[in-house]
Amino acid sequence: MINALLGGMLIGIAVSIMLLFNGRVTGISGIVSGSLQPKMGDIGWRTLFIAGLVSGGFLLQFTIPSAFVQNSNALTGDYIFAGLMVGFGTVLGNGCTSGHGVCGISRLSIRSILATITFIAFGILSVIVFKTLRGSL
Amino acid sequence: MKNAVSFIVGLIFAIGLGISGMTQVHVVRGFLDIFGSWNPALMGVMIGAIGVHSLFYYNIKKKSSPLLDTKFHLPTRKDIDKKLLIGSAVFGIGWGWAGICPGPGIVAATSGNMNILIFVASMLTGMGIYKLIEKKL
Repeated sequence: MINALLGGMLIGIAVSIMLLFNGRVTGISGIVSGSLQPKMGDIGWRTLFIAGLVSGGFLLQFTIPSAFVQNSNALTGDYIFAGLMVGFGTVLGNGCTSGHGVCGISRLSIRSILATITFIAFGILSVIVFKTLRGSL
Repeated sequence: MKNAVSFIVGLIFAIGLGISGMTQVHVVRGFLDIFGSWNPALMGVMIGAIGVHSLFYYNIKKKSSPLLDTKFHLPTRKDIDKKLLIGSAVFGIGWGWAGICPGPGIVAATSGNMNILIFVASMLTGMGIYKLIEKKL
């Protein structure tokens, strides 16, 4: 739980740096989907943010390899289904865990609070359905 | 300069996700599995991130502009529409099904895990599908 709090605080610092210097919300689904239709003057910061995430991932491979141990009964088809839903849903709903969950709730945005309650509720439901169909996660 | 800030924000964000366990599908699904063996880590991350960012947010917003831009680019909408709620529900279903949202997906894909790579490719496809049919919705 200490690690979760510390990791969360680092994320809070990261999104605060983005707001202080660039004046932007760190909403990962929005940053990624916006880079799919590049606009002049708007693509650089998006690409570099994603490059930062990827570099952080590679850094973690060497420092905390245990962070990538995955434990799941989900099959390849499940990851395709989940990926399509996450991609489509986050663009339709204007945000994900970072944009609505962290940045939006910190701003006390009503839209983000409702979005977060909704995706957590449907996430819980999804886990129940998965467990019912497959016996375990 | 803005691009360099974005890169650093992405890097710190990724490390925060790795430290907190959010790059692991069973930790994320463990939070959503409230009727099973519940794992509160994701709640710890949200408390840490929102706690830090909400403190900074109100101080940063007192400034007339961010340090590297002429104005803040923050969401201003306050209306609750169907797209927000349906999109968040669709996202939640995908999130619970695999235990991955956009940020952790991109970071964990660096491990070369085939299922996570397939998830990210499907997520980008889902975003692309939305962009293609957006005007019809």
